Amino acid sequence: MSDFHNKMAPASDRPAVEEDHSPDAPLSIHDLTVAYHRKPVLWDIDLDIPEGKLVGIVGPNGAGKSTLIKACLNLIPTASGKVQVYGKPYGKQRSLVGYVPQRESVDWDFPVSAVDVVAMGLYRKLGWFRPVRKKHKEVAREALERVGIGHLADRQISQLSGGQQQRVFLARALAQDATLYFMDEPFAAVDAATERAIVTLLQDLKGKGKTTLVVHHDLATVAQYFDWVILLNMRVVAAGPTEEVFTQENLRKAYGGKLSLLAEAGHALTQADRG
Amino acid sequence: MNWYWIDTWIVVIGALTAIACALPGSFLVLRQMSMMGDAISHAVLPGLAIAFLVTGARASLPMFVGAAFVGVLTAVFTQWISTWGKVDRGASMGIVFTTLFAIGLLLIVQAADHVDLDPGCVLYGAIEVAAWDVAWTFSIGDLLIEVPRSAVVLGIVSLLNLVFVVAFFKELRISSFDPDLATTQGINAQLMHYLLMTQVAVTTVAAFEAVGSIIVIAMLVTPAATAHLLTDRLGLMIFLASLIGAASAFFGHLMALYIPPMIGFESTTTTGMMAVATGIFFVLAWLFAPRYGWITRLVLGKKLIKEKPVGAKPLKES
Repeated sequence: MSDFHNKMAPASDRPAVEEDHSPDAPLSIHDLTVAYHRKPVLWDIDLDIPEGKLVGIVGPNGAGKSTLIKACLNLIPTASGKVQVYGKPYGKQRSLVGYVPQRESVDWDFPVSAVDVVAMGLYRKLGWFRPVRKKHKEVAREALERVGIGHLADRQISQLSGGQQQRVFLARALAQDATLYFMDEPFAAVDAATERAIVTLLQDLKGKGKTTLVVHHDLATVAQYFDWVILLNMRVVAAGPTEEVFTQENLRKAYGGKLSLLAEAGHALTQADRG
Repeated sequence: MNWYWIDTWIVVIGALTAIACALPGSFLVLRQMSMMGDAISHAVLPGLAIAFLVTGARASLPMFVGAAFVGVLTAVFTQWISTWGKVDRGASMGIVFTTLFAIGLLLIVQAADHVDLDPGCVLYGAIEVAAWDVAWTFSIGDLLIEVPRSAVVLGIVSLLNLVFVVAFFKELRISSFDPDLATTQGINAQLMHYLLMTQVAVTTVAAFEAVGSIIVIAMLVTPAATAHLLTDRLGLMIFLASLIGAASAFFGHLMALYIPPMIGFESTTTTGMMAVATGIFFVLAWLFAPRYGWITRLVLGKKLIKEKPVGAKPLKES
């Protein structure tokens, strides 16, 4: 751990982030600090995410990737700082923001069908006391169709494979029809077909001018999937366009002395150069 | 042995308890916090005792409010301890409810000289006595119907719980399944949690005088867990939980009347038998449920494996 701190870039070394935050940025994070039982998890996060980008959040285990998303969504208390969505506090912009939690965060034995879970993405639009009606289920079915599992709409969710469950979560985000998406490890433990389906979907969202932040684990595919990268290790090690930020040097800073990971990263970079 | 009017009322009171409990109980089971019903139903004791000591009478309203308030406090304290004390949820629940229950017992023993409030009654209730406590009477033709007070109270609570679950059905569903998503959608999962806990506390307090806390705990959890084995639909699960609970009340009373005399004993406590009946229903469902039953799977297992899985595309799980 101390080794990692020595190698950690001092604040002045970090790539310059504009001090005056752009008011139109889909997401701007000002000096965000999060602590858990007085132990800091995220330090002084200061970021502006440009519109229409597909952003990968990358960093070692325990770097605070999921924490960053949850802090942005007010799901966990923050020690300081603020988060703005299109220039306003997140609390006022909820309808613009979609969220795909980690797949393991819910109980898949819960008695609901796939289409019911997707319809949950519409609850905000529905408002209190209004029941889910046929037209809402139609919207949900269309979303399931878009992720390629329309025929499984009426299945109870435990009867689906891991990849299919992940698609249900993505369909729910689609049904929300947001402009800014947060996705927590959508690629974790999915089959190859689902991985391709997710990539297509992300490109599709980007094509529609939406901004998507994705927590991602697999360094080998970062350069291929994302056009913007946030390298995180409790602090922002680097953030910006993938070709500028996803470098050997920055990865070393982010991953510290974890050599096996570095070797993997080196492999990823070679692949990125070829591609 | 004969079946009297009083037997009908005992079953009705038991069935209404079952329905009142199954509505919030289904969500407790799905949230994997079944023991919260146990905790709250024990922890209401000091609320009852304090309300009694303050007002000096067994007037129902102050005791009801006091007990329900302490019930909700149980949920609040549990949350605090698990958040700030680095203690897991189950342990913090254990700390809170045993402490509160002990305080309640001390208060009752302290006041026992001049109070007709004993711990045994709190635990096992007195459904046979409750059935005789008539609140109002009316007649249909020649038939005189005497409605016990407990039946009225539990009927009202059942109705309130039904209205609550119907009105907040989708909010309860999303906050139970995916609390984080609920919160991002503007449905405060924390708020829904405390609303549900309030409902559990009110139900527990309403039921305890007639039937005691043992059966409340059984009725909150077991019929809901049984129904979960029988269906994959939430609405149907809640309905089946109510139905199974009500059936347990009926068969429980039957068993209490007929089984002990058969083996040469006096008849036993009805509420105890009702709780046993919920357990019997659970075992039956666990063995024979259409999809998840143990025997069902044993019999159909080979057939199901041969059935080709329906995938989106060829799936390779990594």
